[in-house]
Amino acid sequence: MEKFTTHTGVAAPLKRSNVDTDQVIPAVFLKRVTKTGFDDALFYNWRQQDDFVLNQDAFRNATVLVAGPDFGTGSSREHAVWALRDYGFQVVLSPRFADIFRGNAGKQGLIAGVITEEVLENLWAAIGANPGVEITVDLVACTVTLGDYTAPFEIDDYTRWRLLEGLDDIGLTLRHQDEITKFEARREAWRPRTLPVP
Amino acid sequence: MSADIHITDHPRTLAEKLWDDHVVVPGSGQEPDLIYIDLHLIHEVTSPQAFDGLRTEGRPLRRVDLTIGTEDHNTPTLAIDKPIVDLTSRTQVDTLRKNAAEYGVRLHSLGDAEQGIVHVMGPQLGLTMPGMTVVCGDSHTSTHGAFGSLAFGIGTSEVEHVMATQTLPLKPFKTMAINVEGELKTGVTAKDIILAVIAKIGTGGGQGYVLEYRGSAIRALSMEGRMTICNMSIEAGARAGMVAPDETTFEYVKGRDHAPKGQDWDDAVAYWTTLPTDEGATFDAEVFIDANELEPFVTWGTNPGQGVSLNDAVPTLDSFADDEARQSAERAFEYMDIAPGTPMKDIAVDAVFMGSCTNSRIEDLRAFASVIQGRTKAEGVRVMVVPGSARVRLEAEAEGIDKIVTDFGAEWRFAGCSMCLGMNPDQLAPGERCASTSNRNFEGRQGKGGRTHLVSPLVAAATAVRGTLSSPSDLDNADDRELVGA
Ligand code: SF4
Repeated sequence: MEKFTTHTGVAAPLKRSNVDTDQVIPAVFLKRVTKTGFDDALFYNWRQQDDFVLNQDAFRNATVLVAGPDFGTGSSREHAVWALRDYGFQVVLSPRFADIFRGNAGKQGLIAGVITEEVLENLWAAIGANPGVEITVDLVACTVTLGDYTAPFEIDDYTRWRLLEGLDDIGLTLRHQDEITKFEARREAWRPRTLPVP
Repeated sequence: MSADIHITDHPRTLAEKLWDDHVVVPGSGQEPDLIYIDLHLIHEVTSPQAFDGLRTEGRPLRRVDLTIGTEDHNTPTLAIDKPIVDLTSRTQVDTLRKNAAEYGVRLHSLGDAEQGIVHVMGPQLGLTMPGMTVVCGDSHTSTHGAFGSLAFGIGTSEVEHVMATQTLPLKPFKTMAINVEGELKTGVTAKDIILAVIAKIGTGGGQGYVLEYRGSAIRALSMEGRMTICNMSIEAGARAGMVAPDETTFEYVKGRDHAPKGQDWDDAVAYWTTLPTDEGATFDAEVFIDANELEPFVTWGTNPGQGVSLNDAVPTLDSFADDEARQSAERAFEYMDIAPGTPMKDIAVDAVFMGSCTNSRIEDLRAFASVIQGRTKAEGVRVMVVPGSARVRLEAEAEGIDKIVTDFGAEWRFAGCSMCLGMNPDQLAPGERCASTSNRNFEGRQGKGGRTHLVSPLVAAATAVRGTLSSPSDLDNADDRELVGA
């Protein structure tokens, strides 16, 4: 995985709370067997409306999404992260993320940064005053900067460390193969196996 | 892992015990605990990219004997003996079959008696039991927590992680007790309990927590009722929900295909009885619900927290305390084409969907059938009944439920997720309104532009009779018959 330190790009305000992953990408687009090619599916139903934020010229090339609370609720579909990333988003900021979405984002190198409601309002106001403005997201300092306004965001330590170092999760776990094997040797006999079929 | 290795004297919750017993490597530095996974369930939608990842890295699937697959999300519920018409859907199902064959994973395909919704399959095979960690690339994996296991949904990257390592690096969840005391009135079911819980704590209320459902009303539920409740924990934002194992649990597991036998059974039960939360253990949060007060519960909006009692009306805007809730309600009114203040029972539907991993097991079908039997379906309402698995379907047919369903004028389908998420042809048309026993009323969830009201099987059945949101007690001659609980 590539290392992530800072990113600067256009910020788009998504002024909705409780954006569930069915809205991020409807189920009909989950039939593909690849991890890419989901950019057109992102917010598919909302994008049919002309006034949707990503249909406005200022935000078409946005790379930082500034969303209302409880972003990414509902389905576990990682396709939501792939679609955001395929569209070009590198960061989503929100006061609250659903746990599974936050986990999926971290695995795919999409920063899910938690900001306070106050910071959210300030960012929305600043973007509203200057549509198309760029924002800088610094993973080292855990700050977002827009013009001369700087505010902190939170991300869990493990994800931050992995993303800064560009470390692969599975690779990290595989260093513990011996411990896993030892643990398996202790597992009780009653624990079920799917094979052989009884 | 076993009780003699873990020496702790402070009282622990069920969730903490399960966690402690599955730590392979305790967290240190930046790294969280590494947790062992006892059972990995897979299906066609969230696994192809994970298999691809394994293949690209040249990694083996570590424990095929702890992995099992089924086809459910994207499969048709008609003509299942014919090739799937939609080509992308067919490719996805074929890809799962190829991957399963290549890696040696047991797979229950369309036409197999065990095929069905992944969360119905695990318990029916006896693969889900107390004291386990269970994961699946599906958020409703929380269903399996009903057995007193730690079960949660994961994303595709984590699916690959489990395939490669049979573990996941995780931070412990916080714990929340949901105490439901009292006795449910006739016609009030597990579904109504969980919808009321979500309305109370909100769709974000459970974030970061595992919910433990406790109290006399939970103890009185069957395993299937407990599964319905745990299933929707994710709708309150929680990764997992659980119920401590008891005699009801053991009774349900005993004798199933994969249930332990002989000495193993005795060892298992001895361990399982140590699992319930210790006296004096503390939860990070607690919620109390009075079961005596509950009524059939239905949603009016576009998230599962936007619900009220069926006897109430759609809330008015001034009833919302904060701006965010008010704006979200306003948007929901518009999408749902519903006026604030409308009595819920005045709302007419175009369709009724009886199915999904929340309510598609045999008891759900029995409850539904007990209401519609001998009655006539409301004119113009399309009613679809989709058993959770092929086995449930067979069981229902052996009891004559299929006949009751078709005599009523409803469709009797093959097993799968169906209109719960509308990935296959079972979808609402734009603007259609549906009373659904599923778990999500999100915009477009059951088909683009479709409108969903979440209900229990009993309410779904009564609604199918009257054509407007109804409970069985609203039906003619309601007192003449006994309701089968669900
Ligand atoms: S029935 Fe619905 S909620 Fe359950 S697994 Fe299938 S799509 Fe998901």
